[in-house]
Amino acid sequence: MIVLWGSNARDTHPIFFHHVLRALKRGAKLYVVDPRVTSTARFAHRHLPVRVGGDIALANAIARTILAEGLENRAFIQRATEGFEAFEAVVREYGPEDKGAISGVDPALVRELARDFATADRAMICWTLGITEHHHAVENVWSLINLALLCGQVGRYGAGLNPLRGQNNVQGGGDMGALPHKLPGFQDVEDATARAKYERSWGATIPPNKGWTLTEMFRAMERKDLTALWVIGENPAQSEADAHHVRSLLTGLDHLVVQDLFVTKTAELATVVLPACAGFAESEGTVTNSERRVQRVRRALAPPGQARDDLWIVAEMSKRLGRDFGAPSARELWDEMREHSPLHRGMSYDRIEALGGIQWPCPDEASLGSSFLHGRLWEEPVQGPKAPFHAVEHRDPAEALSEEFPLRLTTGRRLSEFNTGVQSKGLASPLVKDEAIEVSPEDLAALALREGERVRVRSRRGAVIAPVRVDRGLPKGLVFLTLHQPESVDTNLLTIEATDPRAGTAEFKAAAVRIERCE
Amino acid sequence: MRSEKPKGRDGGLVQIERTIELEIDGRAVRVPEGSTILDACRKLGVDTPTLCYADNLTPVNACRVCVVELEGSRTLVASCSRKAEAKMVVRTESERVKSARKMVLELLGSSVDMSATANFENWCSRYSASPERLGTPPNAPAVIDNDLFVRDYAKCMLCYKCVEACGDDAQHTFAIAMTGRGGEAKIATEFDVSLPDSACVFCGNCVGVCPTAALQFKREHDLREAGEWDESKQSVTKTVCPYCGVGCVLELHVQDDEIVRVTSPSDSSVTDGHLCVKGRFGWGYVR
Repeated sequence: MIVLWGSNARDTHPIFFHHVLRALKRGAKLYVVDPRVTSTARFAHRHLPVRVGGDIALANAIARTILAEGLENRAFIQRATEGFEAFEAVVREYGPEDKGAISGVDPALVRELARDFATADRAMICWTLGITEHHHAVENVWSLINLALLCGQVGRYGAGLNPLRGQNNVQGGGDMGALPHKLPGFQDVEDATARAKYERSWGATIPPNKGWTLTEMFRAMERKDLTALWVIGENPAQSEADAHHVRSLLTGLDHLVVQDLFVTKTAELATVVLPACAGFAESEGTVTNSERRVQRVRRALAPPGQARDDLWIVAEMSKRLGRDFGAPSARELWDEMREHSPLHRGMSYDRIEALGGIQWPCPDEASLGSSFLHGRLWEEPVQGPKAPFHAVEHRDPAEALSEEFPLRLTTGRRLSEFNTGVQSKGLASPLVKDEAIEVSPEDLAALALREGERVRVRSRRGAVIAPVRVDRGLPKGLVFLTLHQPESVDTNLLTIEATDPRAGTAEFKAAAVRIERCE
Repeated sequence: MRSEKPKGRDGGLVQIERTIELEIDGRAVRVPEGSTILDACRKLGVDTPTLCYADNLTPVNACRVCVVELEGSRTLVASCSRKAEAKMVVRTESERVKSARKMVLELLGSSVDMSATANFENWCSRYSASPERLGTPPNAPAVIDNDLFVRDYAKCMLCYKCVEACGDDAQHTFAIAMTGRGGEAKIATEFDVSLPDSACVFCGNCVGVCPTAALQFKREHDLREAGEWDESKQSVTKTVCPYCGVGCVLELHVQDDEIVRVTSPSDSSVTDGHLCVKGRFGWGYVR
């Protein structure tokens, strides 16, 4: 059984979805939880049209059903988890007809999913930004983890919890320590022993305190605590919520360095632009995919003009800042990292090639990697800490609907396009259409609009003009835009910067807007 | 409350593999149960021509070029789909096999433009096939209705691979199917509308499996038209797609420092040789 929650994988992770389709052919059951009837939902046995922001209410209602019907895995809960009592006390309130109804899902569907999930030999929950682009992103994820713990659907092949990564190395970036609080291999930057290991190897002192998340950096810019910024391969001027505000902060910096393949909107604001190579075709290295599989990228093309490898740029920058690393190759750096990160130690370039990529943890050169994590939860007794339940309550989206802004705007992606369109702009796909505000047939009628008519979409933060398109997969009251074509429809002028305090993710999935006719 | 020991706990990956032994061209070969005769031939290094077969698709037995002689069987069998059985005795280069392969090559080569099909010429000389004695294939202009790939049906041998890749062997889009009967048979979209008007999502998985270059990258088509397509000048570099987090393995085919084609290896556990529109066609930005 597969639950795709807040994920339109058919369009956003098409080759992952091939694997899902193969499972369906072999008899797996697919549940899709999404406010829209997406192309993914059309392949599902059951589609649960959750209300935007109603995920916790739904997860709790599922948990409550499982408990009410005695389908939980009591032995697993007792041996491998903690915090069950507090969790049970909270979900008790979420009967599918009571507080669970906040989710907007038909109680019969809630019960069906609950029964199938609890009784499946192997059930997996996969999610994407529908779960994480909320101001309570972490709580949303906890509510899904609770379900897996409740039924022992974790730590086994074919079961588990799977956030589908949206970019080809977002997993690898985190693994390598591109997080404010981690060193490579998820070692804590505030742990002196871990730090010392790297300090010896690098011959440099590492700041002992964790850094800022992206959202914290913007707050630091507001306070003028952060006055210089080096942006590598990111386009925050267009990708961040509440774009007007973000652009004014970037413009207010003393010094902005942008390292990118393109003169992006962010690069246009920069003091210095460092032209970089395309990672996948013009440089050597590794990337790590959503299943923790480390694979090689290789240089196939000579980079154009003055473009330089990211690694070269960082090494040169370091030299000018007073620490000369020489000119290490990607492989040499990788081998140095392997020495310090037990998760990666067994992954030599040769083994990565021979095994078609390796999934961490891979502690030594005899290991074939690990196709799933948390198998320890099935050991008797459990080694290491127990897996915690988190009692989480439903919370409304940060911005409530009002008479003035009566429509819920949610954002997402389309098959042929990618994020702010920087990479995918040159793709001449016939599927690409001009960005339009998608509305339900009911709202089209209620607003007395014609398809194709240009309208102004306004939130408390800004407005964009876009043509109207009908999507029959949208429920009444929900409208949809993507971030793909910011030149014509700058969707992030509308989105809200309400962020999850732990993850730093903004609530791209829920803004309040109204649609005005353009006279 | 349910029992605590669910299945699949130990990975569900361990399978006991039984093997069987058969004889091919007088040599004994042992293969896992479930292998085909073609798998056994490959294990022995017996070069067997295939056209409609692909490692990542279900065999459709359309082309008959891989036929072999199986002792006890009245007819020749397609090695790509016939499962190997213990004690089978197979001959791959008997007169019967050679004559059948020769006829298949001649029938194909006289009705379809096989000029861009890898190995076709070699096979013709190996089996002394002269397609021209049966006539020359008809010409037809290529269908160019989008900027990503071209359909050159003069080269289409109706092997079904594209239909299978678009359908339930991989993509599940079902944008194309066989239409017409007899000599009128061809692959087409619904009501033969253009690709942009059809259900096509431009993943190019049909292009990826096409054995005759009836389906070609637009860039490849342009280079071929200009007489500049030169596979001897091309390098193939394995890397990873720069878009979503699935991590699809790409093979970048580069000619004169320009990407001219993108494929994925069928033995990749991530892709099984299939890609989406961004992975297959979304590399324009590097130039």
